[in-house]
Amino acid sequence: MTILVIARNTFKEAVRDRVLYLLLFFAASAIVLSRVLAILTVGDRAKVVKDVGLASISFFGALMAILIGTGLVYKEIEKRTIFTLLAKPLRRHEFLLGKYLGLLLTLGVMTAAMSLVFLILVFAHTLTLELRLLLPVGFLYLELCLITAVAILFSSFSTPILSSLFALSFYLIGHFSWSLETLIKKTPPGAGRTLLRVVYTVLPDLENFNLKTEVVHGLPIPASLYLYAPAYGLVYTAFVLLLAVLIFRRRDFI
Amino acid sequence: MADVLDVRGVRKSFRTGFIPRTRDVLRGISFTVSQGEIFGYLGPNGAGKTSTIKCVLGLMFPDGGTIMLRGLSPLDPRAKAGLGFLPENPYFYDHLTASEFLDFYAQLFGLPKAERAERTARLLRLVGVEKAAGLALRKFSRGMLQRVGLAQALVNDPSFVILDEPLGGLDPIGRKEFRDIILGLKEAGKTVLFTSHILQDIEMICDRVAILVEGRVHSQGRLADLVSEKILFTELTVSGVATAELAGLGQNVSVQGGRTLLKVADEAGVEAILALVRERRGRVHSLIPRVQTLEDIFVEAVRRS
Repeated sequence: MTILVIARNTFKEAVRDRVLYLLLFFAASAIVLSRVLAILTVGDRAKVVKDVGLASISFFGALMAILIGTGLVYKEIEKRTIFTLLAKPLRRHEFLLGKYLGLLLTLGVMTAAMSLVFLILVFAHTLTLELRLLLPVGFLYLELCLITAVAILFSSFSTPILSSLFALSFYLIGHFSWSLETLIKKTPPGAGRTLLRVVYTVLPDLENFNLKTEVVHGLPIPASLYLYAPAYGLVYTAFVLLLAVLIFRRRDFI
Repeated sequence: MADVLDVRGVRKSFRTGFIPRTRDVLRGISFTVSQGEIFGYLGPNGAGKTSTIKCVLGLMFPDGGTIMLRGLSPLDPRAKAGLGFLPENPYFYDHLTASEFLDFYAQLFGLPKAERAERTARLLRLVGVEKAAGLALRKFSRGMLQRVGLAQALVNDPSFVILDEPLGGLDPIGRKEFRDIILGLKEAGKTVLFTSHILQDIEMICDRVAILVEGRVHSQGRLADLVSEKILFTELTVSGVATAELAGLGQNVSVQGGRTLLKVADEAGVEAILALVRERRGRVHSLIPRVQTLEDIFVEAVRRS
């Protein structure tokens, strides 16, 4: 399976990149910092540790996905390593999907490392191993899968800086698009409402993957979300990857 | 002999600049590469050599024309299974060692682990970097990268090898070693397509050549057919004879330190000068007949364009 060969090399390339460890260091620092914030807080300190810790994993996970995802494909083109790769019996979509899988593997390992630091810190604070906290991390990983696909899509035709900006915009829009739903409810039926609905459907809603509040505060999680969020993530990711493959298959490597 | 590569009427243009303007890079290229030969693809910088190679490898899509690799499309993985390619100024993964890099590329051909290890060691030995096998590629010099590049092109034991400016970045010993490896490939029955803008490289090892100028194949064929063996003129350096006496016998090119350099058009002129030198008890320092070279054809082609 040539896809797996590319994925393995991508993983090797990513884990030998110092930038990744720098991000991991900052992520771990931010998670540990939640303990300091908890000390300064009046009230339920454990919730602050969990809240800030999960937010740090979410933020740094997205940063890793964007920074590494937008650089890796571009680097292959810029440094022309892709010339020798595509001269081998390797189809273009296999190359792109291999890169994607390699990145997912890297992000999986990094998310696991951040989660470990987080769980140890929570354990130090509450003296209980709260495995339930891994649920929002799992959902966060689904979000990272989608962001990585978006990063790969942009890097298949644009420079790393522009791709990072596009992917970051996608991330920010994705976390605020839920407000459109509120607007739709307040807009009277008609063309305006239909247009808003179309825009809301096309734009990503990354809040679907956000279970932090529910888990930290012990709120009920709708059963339908367990099915809906992965399905939404899968369909959206598949669509973005398909678009990336279609663009990548047609481009000339000059 | 069967055609390994058949390129017919390939055209390619790019739109470049802030206000896009179309620039024709390939203007109807046609040539074939036959089984077991070393084919030289010669042209000045910017003639379209690398663009042709990229079309052949499926890295760029031609605007028109057809390319067949052993009767298959360049995008067909089966066509690439027996293909090796070394790009111009190769650059490879910084994070891998030479051994890891070759092993990675060998995996793309589905080779088993033991065979990969054997090939990696053998190829690194062949290109002379076996001592740096465990060194990260970021520490390699340009010449060493070129050598590893050749090793990766041969990792699948290809029957057809495409080398884009393979001798660039090499020292004289490296050039000789590379030429020997390329000749060795031919002896092993492999076909080689090799681009260069350095005429001596092509003249020394190629069976057939195509000369590319401004996106068009100016001439192609066997070297012996392209280069005539007819003597174009003879260069003579003589002394002991007055320059004025030689004036009518040949074109006086220069006089230096009592020696006269003459360019003589025909054999009768050469005989007449030799007779005069004998008569005046002078000396002949050199007599060089100049036959047509690939360089003459190349320069003429570039001048005409």
